[in-house]
Parts: sequence; C-alpha cells; structure tokens
Amino acid sequence: MSSAKDVTDASFEAEVLKSEKPIMVDFWAEWCGPCRAVSPILDKIAEENAEKLSIVKLNVDDNPATAEKYGITSIPAMYVFQNGEVVKRVIGAKPKPALEADLAEFLA
Amino acid sequence: MRQIVIIGSGPAGYTAAIYAARANLRPLVIASSVEFGGELMKTTEVENFPGFPEGIMGPELMMKMQEQAEKFGAEIVYDDVTKLELAGDVKKIHLGNGDVVEALAVIYATGSEYRKLGLEDESRLSGYGVSWCATCDGAFFKQKKVAVVGGGDSALEEATFLTRFADKVLLVHRRDELRASAAMQDRAKADPKIEFLWNQEVAHIYGDERVTGFGLVNTVDGTETTHDLDGLFIAIGADPRTHLIHGQLDLTPEGTIAVQGRSSKTNLAGVFAAGDVVDPTYKQAITAAGSGTVAALDAEHYLADLPAELLAKAAPEPAAA
Repeated sequence: MSSAKDVTDASFEAEVLKSEKPIMVDFWAEWCGPCRAVSPILDKIAEENAEKLSIVKLNVDDNPATAEKYGITSIPAMYVFQNGEVVKRVIGAKPKPALEADLAEFLA
Repeated sequence: MRQIVIIGSGPAGYTAAIYAARANLRPLVIASSVEFGGELMKTTEVENFPGFPEGIMGPELMMKMQEQAEKFGAEIVYDDVTKLELAGDVKKIHLGNGDVVEALAVIYATGSEYRKLGLEDESRLSGYGVSWCATCDGAFFKQKKVAVVGGGDSALEEATFLTRFADKVLLVHRRDELRASAAMQDRAKADPKIEFLWNQEVAHIYGDERVTGFGLVNTVDGTETTHDLDGLFIAIGADPRTHLIHGQLDLTPEGTIAVQGRSSKTNLAGVFAAGDVVDPTYKQAITAAGSGTVAALDAEHYLADLPAELLAKAAPEPAAA
C-alpha cells in the first residue's frame, strides 16, 4: 500500500480537521484492487506537491466511524479537507493526469 | 523498436507476455495506468482457475501472472494508449506520457468495459450509491437496502454477494426470465434476502448527495413505481473495449474484434487480438489466458517469417520504452 501516513477514527480530528494546509484523505481497504492501483499515483502526487497538499490514508475497515460520517460508499474515495470541511471529493482510481486535473486548485 | 508490444494486462495480456518473454521476444506490456490487472482486480475469491484448489484472490492471481511475465523478461509500463497506427510493417503505439513506441507485432488485449444504464443521474451519483462493483463497494451497505440491475450470472453473483451485508437486495430485470446459469438462479431464488422484480426497467435514480431511491417502469404494462434505496449496483454486461482500433481492425456483429478461425489474427498483418475483446461468449479468466497464448504463438510465427533486415531494427537492445 501507499507510503502515506495512516490516520484513524481517533486521530482524525487532530490530524485532518485541524490541519493547517489542505489535506487529502485516501479512504481505502485491503481488499480493494483499485485502491492498490491508485496508491502509487497518490504517493507520487504527494511527493511532487509536498508543500501544498498533505496526503494521508484511512483504512475504512479499521475506522468505520469516520467512513460512515463522510458517507463513503465507494473506494478509493479521496476527499480534500480544508479548515475542517470537505472541499473536494474524487471517487475511483484514475490516471495521474486526471487526478492532477481534479486536484488542480490545490496543486497550483 | 520493439519486436512485440502487448496492450492490456488482464489474463490474456499477461499470459501472452509470459509466452512471448519465454520466446526471448522481450515484450513490452502497456498495462494501463489505473486499470492494470484487468477485471480480476475487482473480484474477490476466484474458485474456478485451475491449479488453485483453495481458491485465490483475483488481485493476487493477477500479481502472480505479472510476476511470472517479469521473471522471463517482460517489461511493464503503467500508462494508457492514446492512439494506435497499426497498418504497415512498423506499428506505432502512442502513450499518455507522450512517448511513441514502435513495434513489429502488436497483441491487442484490452478486455471490455461495463455497460451503463444511460440515465442522467447515473454518472452524478456514481460513487455515491451507484456502483458497478459489488465486491468493491458492498461492505458499505451493511443493513441497507440495495438493488442489482441485470439478469446474467454476474448480476446474480453480485446480488448473492451483497446479501452478506445488505438486509434486502432487489434484483431488477427487464424480462420475466434470467440468462443466468441454473446453479446461480437456484442459489439466488433460495435466498430470503433477495427479492426479484420482473419486467422492470430503471427509469430514474433519486438522491442529491447520495442515492435515496429509484423509479421503475414495468416493461409489460408501463406502470411506474418508486422505491427507497441506499445503493444501486449495475450489472447489465460489458462491451469490448475497441475505441482505439475503430476503422483499423474489422469487428464482428457482436462488436468484438474479428479474428481468423481459432487464431488471433486480425485483418492487419502483425496485429493479433486476445481475451474478452475477441470473445462475445465465454469471457472467463482461463479462456482469456488461453487466447493470450494463441496470440503470443501467432505473433512468434509472424515475427519468424519477417525479413531479416526488418527484424534487425528490433534488435533485442531493450529500449527504455
């Protein structure tokens, strides 16, 4: 899986909702093939944009409360949070250029 | 220039790669950027692939096929083909990153893609209750009410799988009988959580932020009904992925790529096709793998008959793709 830092139900508020810069949460699970496909792409985007956007991951099996709270029904689901609010939702594995286009406002 | 490029990384593509690599053809596999591994990446347990009596997880099977191809020298590029020039001795494959790869032979094994209902709200609510993959998304519907649209094996398989999580699974089918195999039908019909809605077509999907219901039309008498719903799984079949080769390769009336007899030969010399993209009927991992073998052997024979000066241009020096 991706090298992104894990966040959990317990750490979500401190790490995501109180993050100073925009932060993207990759909702994923062990059994999800498309999650496996997108994770190296997310690692790459994180590496290339480290100063602008943080990327973390949340295992939906281990942290059902957060997944439920944000109404996740399909993974991978990549939600960008800013000042504690969801400001962007991207669903499903996509090629890197398509993800970068979706996230353009946070990578500029 | 390459001797052989394989487009697609499902069972057909990787099996072709194993054979071509073992024949020292140094194949390059264009695996796609996000759909690599093909349809089995979206499945869980595969119980009918020979050699795995305990079953094997779909993604794991694909990783093993990839490993086997790489072990013999296949190279894999995780990118998408944007354009193909297949006529003539030298084929040109344009990639998403702007590279153009040249090859003497091409094996086209791009599989198929899920059919959509064609409703306005379907794409908008995709990922918010509308899904094409019960094994991917089913777990989010614990104690919920979901519907599956379709009447084939995959629809019944999804419905049966979803009963692990959902309280209620509606099976919506536009006719009053199913295409699915007898065994799948018996299993689904015996399941108390599955309710069959016959002669119904989905006309509307409701929900602002996420799916909250759907509207059905009776295909016999036109009656309309509305149902509350948390998730809608669409399993109405798949179409061969042929958009890259329209106008270049001949298609069958079913929309698959036309091949000669039991071979993988298309209407263009040096272009071979394998897997679900040539198969309107069987569409199994093992038949796709077999068809990948046929394509690799056909390509090998084709290359062996090419003039030496042409082959020399594709010397085994592995270009960095």
